[in-house]
Amino acid sequence: MSAVPISYYLVLSAILFGLGVIAFVFKRNIITVFMAIELMLNAVNLAFVAFARAHNQLDGLVFVFFVIVVAAAEAAVGLAIVLAIAQNRQSLNIERVNLLKF
Amino acid sequence: MSLSFILFFTFAGIAVLGAVLVIVAREPIHSALSLILVMVALAVLYLLLGAEFIAAVQIIVYAGAIMVLFVFVIMLLNAGVEERTDWSKLAKYAGLPLGGFLLLELAYWLARPAIGSGVAHAATRAEAASSTRALSEMLFRDYLFPFEATSILILIAILGALVLAKGDE
Amino acid sequence: MLNHLWIVLALPLAGAAINGLLGKRWPQSAVNGVGIGSISLAFLAVTELVREFAELPAGQPAMNSYFPWIIAGNFRVDFALRVDQLTVVMLLTVSFVGLLIHIYSMGYMAHEGGYYRFFSYLNLFMFFMLTLVMAANIVVMFVGWEGVGLCSYLLIGFWFLKKSAADAGKKAFIVTRLGDFGFTVGILLLFWTFGSIDFGAIFAKAAAMPAESMTQAGILTSICLLLFTGAIGKSAQLPLYVWLPDAMEGPTPVSALIHAATMVTAGVYMVARMNPLFSRAPIAMLAVAIVGAATAFYSATIGLVQTDIKKVLAYSTVSQLGYMFLGCGVGAYAAGIFHLMTHAFFKGLLFLAAGSVIHAMGGEQDMLKMGGLRKKIPVTFWTMLIATLAITGFPPFAGFFSKDEILFSAYAGPYAIKILWGVGLAAALLTSFYMFRLVFLTFFGTPRFDEKKVHVHESPKTMLVPLVILAILSTAGGWFAAPKFWGGEDFFHGYLQPVFASAEKLAPAAELGEEALHTLELQLSGVAVLVALIGFFVAWWMYIRRPKAPENLAKSLHGPYTLLLHKYYVDEIYLALIVRPLLWLSTNVLWHVVDEGLIDGTVNGAAHISRRAGGQLRELQSGNARSYASWVVIGAVGVTVLLLVLWIRMVP
Repeated sequence: MSAVPISYYLVLSAILFGLGVIAFVFKRNIITVFMAIELMLNAVNLAFVAFARAHNQLDGLVFVFFVIVVAAAEAAVGLAIVLAIAQNRQSLNIERVNLLKF
Repeated sequence: MSLSFILFFTFAGIAVLGAVLVIVAREPIHSALSLILVMVALAVLYLLLGAEFIAAVQIIVYAGAIMVLFVFVIMLLNAGVEERTDWSKLAKYAGLPLGGFLLLELAYWLARPAIGSGVAHAATRAEAASSTRALSEMLFRDYLFPFEATSILILIAILGALVLAKGDE
Repeated sequence: MLNHLWIVLALPLAGAAINGLLGKRWPQSAVNGVGIGSISLAFLAVTELVREFAELPAGQPAMNSYFPWIIAGNFRVDFALRVDQLTVVMLLTVSFVGLLIHIYSMGYMAHEGGYYRFFSYLNLFMFFMLTLVMAANIVVMFVGWEGVGLCSYLLIGFWFLKKSAADAGKKAFIVTRLGDFGFTVGILLLFWTFGSIDFGAIFAKAAAMPAESMTQAGILTSICLLLFTGAIGKSAQLPLYVWLPDAMEGPTPVSALIHAATMVTAGVYMVARMNPLFSRAPIAMLAVAIVGAATAFYSATIGLVQTDIKKVLAYSTVSQLGYMFLGCGVGAYAAGIFHLMTHAFFKGLLFLAAGSVIHAMGGEQDMLKMGGLRKKIPVTFWTMLIATLAITGFPPFAGFFSKDEILFSAYAGPYAIKILWGVGLAAALLTSFYMFRLVFLTFFGTPRFDEKKVHVHESPKTMLVPLVILAILSTAGGWFAAPKFWGGEDFFHGYLQPVFASAEKLAPAAELGEEALHTLELQLSGVAVLVALIGFFVAWWMYIRRPKAPENLAKSLHGPYTLLLHKYYVDEIYLALIVRPLLWLSTNVLWHVVDEGLIDGTVNGAAHISRRAGGQLRELQSGNARSYASWVVIGAVGVTVLLLVLWIRMVP
C-alpha cells in the first residue's frame, strides 16, 4: 500500500490550527475559548507526530507526550480560574472580564 | 485508493467536521462533545502514523481526563448559551479574515515539497512494539529531567487548582 | 601709586560693598565713616598719583595692566588702566567734586530712609566713573560707561516707591541705551579696523592712516559718528536729551554729581580721548559741533520758562554740555575739557545750592512759590550768586575763561564755523537771562509763600562747607587760563598738550597771525560779556523792576510760551512716534505671536501631541480579551509571513 504523504497530515494540522484560532477569536464563552486552545494544541501535536514519522525519530513523540501532560496541568489550573471568575462575575462571557484596562 | 488514504481522509474529515462544530455549536456542552470527537479522530490518525502509544495517551489523558474535566466544569457552572456581546470591533470584523488567512497560509506552505517531504511509511508490527519501548527508553534516559520536571508541574497544578477553586473561606 | 592704580578703584568699590551689604543696621555715623572715608582716601590716592605723574618724563602715559579679561581668537581685552594728562584732569575733578558732594549728602540725606543704600550707590558710582576715566582701552571704558548708567538708574529711582521716580530711572537707562547701541557698533568697527581696542595701539595705527576729508567719508568717520551717538545718549544732547530733565526726580546730590559734574561729561571725555580719530574725520567733527551748538541753544530756550528750580538747572546742564561738544567739534579739545572742569564746579555748586534752598523751603521746588530768601539763607544766596556769575561768563569767574575759549575757537579757530559762534553767543544770552531769572525769583522780591507754614532755615554745616569750597573753585578755577589774556601762557592748554598733540598737528594753519588772534580774542570776550550783561539786565527788568512783565509777556506771546513750557512737546512726540508703536509691536507681535504662539505653542504642542498619542495608544488596552486575542492573531500572522518570506529566500 502506498502511504499517505506527510504533507497531507501537515495540511490537516494547519486547518485544525486555523479553525482553533477562529474559534478562539469568535467564541464568547470562556470555557469554549479554552477548548479552542486545546484544539490548537491538538493540531500541533498532529504536526509533531507527522514530523516524527517523516524523519523516523522518536523525539517528536516525546514532545507530544509532554505537550499532553502540560495541557492537562494547564486545563486544571485554567478551569479553576474559570470557576473563580464565574463566581465573581456571575457570567461566563469573556467580554465581561474586562477590569484590567486603562 | 489504498486503505491508508481512505482511512486518512475519513478521519481527517471527521476531525475537521468536529472542529467546525466546535465553532458553530451554540451550547458549550455541544462544543465539548465535538472536541472529543476531534480528539478521537486524531487518535486514529496517530495510529495511522504508527504512534500507538501516543494514540493511547491521547484517548486516555486528553479525551478521557481533560475533556471530562471540561464537561464537569460546564455541568457545574450550568453554562448555557452566552449572551450576544460584540464589544470588540476588531474581533468582529478582522477575526475571521485573519484566522482564515493564517489557516490558508500555513496550509499552503506546509503543503510544499520542501517542508512536507517524506512519505509516511506504513508501520510494521515490529516497529510498533519497539516504538513504544524505544519511546519509553528515550523518555527515561534522554529526557529524564523534563519528565521529572513535569511531575512537579502537575503537583503545582493540583495545588493551584485547589487553592483557586476553594474561593474565600 | 602709579604702579598701584587699582587702589583708586578698589577704595570706592569696597565702600560700596561694605555699606551695601552690611550697612543696613549701622548707625548713620558708621555709614558715613565708610562712605566718605573711602572717597577721601581715594582722593588722597589721586593726589599722590598726580604728584608721581608730574615726576615722569613728559608725554609718557603710565599704564597698569592687571589681568586678561576676554580672550577670543584675535580679540583680547585686558583690564588695564592708564594715566595721562587728560586722565589727571578728569581724576582730580571727579574725585574732588565727588568728595564734596558725598560730604554734602551727609546733611541733605540725614532724614531720609535708605541712607546706607544711598551711600553705597554713590560709592559704586564713583568706582565706575573712575574706571571709565582711567580705562586704557575702549572696552574697559565701556564697562565704566555702562556702570555709571546703572548707578544713574539706581540713584534716580532712589525713592523707588514713587512712580515718577521709578519711571524716570527707566527712561534714563533706556534712552542712554539707544546711544550705547551706536557706541557698541563703534567699538566693533574700531576693533575690526585696528585689530585692537587699546588706546595706545589704536592711536599709533591711526597716526599712520590718511586723514579723511569733508568730501570723502571713510571708516574713521563711521567709527567716530557711532561713538558720538553713544555720547549723545550719555551726555544728553539732541535728540537723546529727554532723560536728563526727568532725572531730577532723584535726590539733589545725585543731580549734582551725576547729572552735572561727572557722568554726563563722560561723552565729552570720550570724544576728547578719541581726538586722534576725530581729527582725522572732519565730517564727524562737524557733526559734533553742530549737535553741540544746536543743543546749547535749544535747551536754553526751554529753560527760559521752567518754574521748577531743578528743571531749569537740568536744561542748563544740557545746554552747557552742548558748549563742551561745540568746543571739541571745532578742534578746541582742551577748551572743551576746561569747560568740563569749570562746569563741574559751578554747576555742581548750583545744584547743591538749589538743594540747600529746597531743604530750607521744606521740600518746595517751584520757584513761583519762593522769593525773598536772600536775607534768610545768606550763605546759600551768596554761593549761588557766585555760581551764576560763573555760568553766565562774567570775569574773573571760572566760566568766563572756559566759555570764552570755546566761542573764540568757534569764531576764529582752525576749524571755525562762524554761524556756530553766533548760535553759541545767542545761547549765552539766554543762559544769562534764565540764570538771573532763577536767582531773582528765588532770592529777591517778596516771599510768595506762607511764612508761618514754611520755616526757612539755613542748612547745616555739612551742606554749607562744600558750597563754600565750590564757590571758591568757581571763582578761581579759571585762572589757569588767565595769563593768556595778558599774552602769557595758557597753563591748562599747555598741560594737556601731549594728549591733543596729534589733533593739533592736523589742524589747518591759522589765517591770522598771533597778535591779530590775540586782539580778536579780547574783542570777542568783550562781546560775550556784553551779551551776558544784556541778559542780566533783561532779567532784572522783568523780575525786579516790573514783576508783572513776565505774566504779560507770556499772555501776549501765548503760543511760543506754551510751546516752550511744554518742552516743544518732544516727550509727547516720542511717545506717539516711538514708544507706542514699539509697545504695540512688543505686545502684539513679539508677545502674542512669537512667545505665546510659536514658542509656547511648540513646547505645549509637543506635550499636547504626546498626550494625544498616548491617549490613543492606551485605548489599545481595552480590557477586552477578544480584542487582545485578535491582536495576538495579527502578530502571529505577521510573524509567520515574515518567517516564510525569509524562508523563501533560503529555499531554492
